[in-house]
Amino acid sequence: MAEQSIISPENLVYKKTDVMTDRELHYCPGCGHGTAHRVLAEAIEELGIQSETIGVAPVGCSVLAYYYLNVDMQEAAHGRAPAVATGIKRVLPEKYVFTYQGDGDLAAIGTSETIHACNRGENILIVFVNNGIYGMTGGQMAPTTLPGMKSSTCPMGRDVKTMGNPLKITELVAQLPGTHYVTRQSVHTPGNVRKAKRAIRKALEYQKEDKGTCLVEIVSNCPSGWKMNAVDSNKWMEENMLPFYPLGDIKVPGKGLVNGGKDGG
Amino acid sequence: MAAKGDIIIDIERCKGCQVCLDACPKDVLEMSRKVNAKGYQYTVKVNSDCTGCANCAVVCPDAVISVYRVK
Repeated sequence: MAEQSIISPENLVYKKTDVMTDRELHYCPGCGHGTAHRVLAEAIEELGIQSETIGVAPVGCSVLAYYYLNVDMQEAAHGRAPAVATGIKRVLPEKYVFTYQGDGDLAAIGTSETIHACNRGENILIVFVNNGIYGMTGGQMAPTTLPGMKSSTCPMGRDVKTMGNPLKITELVAQLPGTHYVTRQSVHTPGNVRKAKRAIRKALEYQKEDKGTCLVEIVSNCPSGWKMNAVDSNKWMEENMLPFYPLGDIKVPGKGLVNGGKDGG
Repeated sequence: MAAKGDIIIDIERCKGCQVCLDACPKDVLEMSRKVNAKGYQYTVKVNSDCTGCANCAVVCPDAVISVYRVK
């Protein structure tokens, strides 16, 4: 039968990368974290740097990232991943060091560590997964929650008058002289996944040049926190998150800020 | 037309999020009527129009799909 002959090792075009372990992910169905882990792992595999890479896991949904990424990993206290990564990179400068953080970790409790690591120009990669909510603890309002967006602690929608404005931390760190490459990507369509992988790969390659901090934001969904199914949450993300957090490069090496650093280019 | 591509779905890892159904340009995938050991419906291949584009595998958060294509 023709179909039988297609499935053979020489015809293989895609399979789960070995830089991910075989452990089943604990994330909710359709969660962007799984895809974000995988693009990071595939970028590491393509560069052939699995044995030279050290990751720092955050606190939040992705606290167990060290179970899934088949590289050396270190757990950090809540929000302190850039500080831990700074230490690792300074002691082992020849290694590739990345942090993997959510928005509650990076943009709330870890704002100080993030901004100062970026301002010092630490030669690390920060992968920032932004779903606009505290997913792990039950969908509370995060600094990145959109105006009018409902969460369990702002059930009528975020009112900027009393609850403040959402924090565009990616645009903020792009202004700092220490950052080298700052970009915003997403992983909800095949095209976006491929672009996100290229961005992470580029950022890891820049680490060889010792030019400064690279930050790749991945706008993601949170089906459980947003109380939608995965397909609807991706649609909602495209209609609501992406106009506020536009995709594209924000700071490009050699060119500086794209579009004045106001939004993605 | 003979099929150009084929996929293998690891049904026990599938969580039935259906993101791959949207990504498939040829409508090759559908949800199963049965559930797997975790209680999720899983993706199944329902026709032989697969071109091996790998879109389904690329968007799958749980990396359950392996893709083969005649070269």
